[in-house]
Amino acid sequence: MGSVFEVFVSSILDNNIALAMILGMCPLIAISTSTKNARGMGYAVVFVVTITGIINYPIYLLLQQTGTEQLNLLVFIITIAATVQFLEMFLEKFFPTLHNAFGIFLPLITVNCAVLGVSLFFVTNQYNFVETAAFSFGSGVGWLIAIVLLSGLREKMDKKSDVPKGLAGKGIAFITLGILALAFVGFTGVAS
Amino acid sequence: MNPRRIMYTKWFNISRDGVSRSNPILIAALGLCSALAVTNRVDNAIAMGMAVTFVIIMSSLITSLIRNIIPQRVRMVTYMVIISSFVIAVDAFLEAFVPSIHGALGPYVGLIITNCIVMGRSEAFAAKNPMRFTFFDGLSNGLGYTWVLVVIAAVRELLAFGTILDYQIMPSGFENWVVMAIAPGGFFVLGLLIWVLRDLTNSYEEETV
Repeated sequence: MGSVFEVFVSSILDNNIALAMILGMCPLIAISTSTKNARGMGYAVVFVVTITGIINYPIYLLLQQTGTEQLNLLVFIITIAATVQFLEMFLEKFFPTLHNAFGIFLPLITVNCAVLGVSLFFVTNQYNFVETAAFSFGSGVGWLIAIVLLSGLREKMDKKSDVPKGLAGKGIAFITLGILALAFVGFTGVAS
Repeated sequence: MNPRRIMYTKWFNISRDGVSRSNPILIAALGLCSALAVTNRVDNAIAMGMAVTFVIIMSSLITSLIRNIIPQRVRMVTYMVIISSFVIAVDAFLEAFVPSIHGALGPYVGLIITNCIVMGRSEAFAAKNPMRFTFFDGLSNGLGYTWVLVVIAAVRELLAFGTILDYQIMPSGFENWVVMAIAPGGFFVLGLLIWVLRDLTNSYEEETV
């Protein structure tokens, strides 16, 4: 079980999906202006990434058996779109409070590259099923940590610091992300 | 025709929107993942830019061609299927003809599907305009994306390895900046590039809060 735990920790810290793999940037920049929204989006990503990772794994095995791995992109993206659609209807019917909490974030997730990225990385890294599940969940948590950290910093900066006019907004968000990513480089080797 | 009148044609405006005025990366902040992840070398950036330009043009053309028969409710899924078909074609092409670049780009070729620029152009432009304008819109957005990638990659490769396109530029005593080769370097260069451009063009972001 040591290796599963290693995969989990490394996907949160030294291979953080947002700060080391640089995936899911568009929502990371667009939604990180307030901590509340950032948390909502983060939880939704954890949820969807874990589920689609687990669903896509057996589907990939099926593709491998029929010798059509070339089509994995097409199949993965359809699975993701379908899962998101299904989740939305399911939550609306059975867990309306949770559905309200996720709100507009669920549909946006289909175009979050972190979700497709996780499905592609378990193929390149050749994980087995348990490792894929750990990797998917860990990546989601890593993304949640990144967006909450960034939004907290941006919120503080917005009120208290005097940012040059040309750098305000997206510019300073990238510089902040760079410093955050630099801090996460310090975690390299934690998991192994 | 008087050359100055070209500036008022629809063709010119579409091109200028894509390349500079509403540049997909610098102004709209779309398609950032690949812009940051593959820009540690100039040749990767050029390959990625060409791949994305091709996918934008082709998928916008097809979307524009069938725009009147796509049902409104399933349009997103339709765009996705069109886009992923072209991405698979690009992936296979790179694997067959330039395997070294295909290896360096890795899963990021597949991630062109979720590149919001491609989807954004299908939704915002191709679904409403005839094919001849769509082609120019796709081309200009692709070029706008490519030049930003190449600029970021040139800065990063120069500082991280002392080379551009593998030609040694820096003197031999130059200490390589390791930080530019990894993720944080991409963030810093893009942030500073946005700053420089905003100051040069005098277009500042509105107060959001």
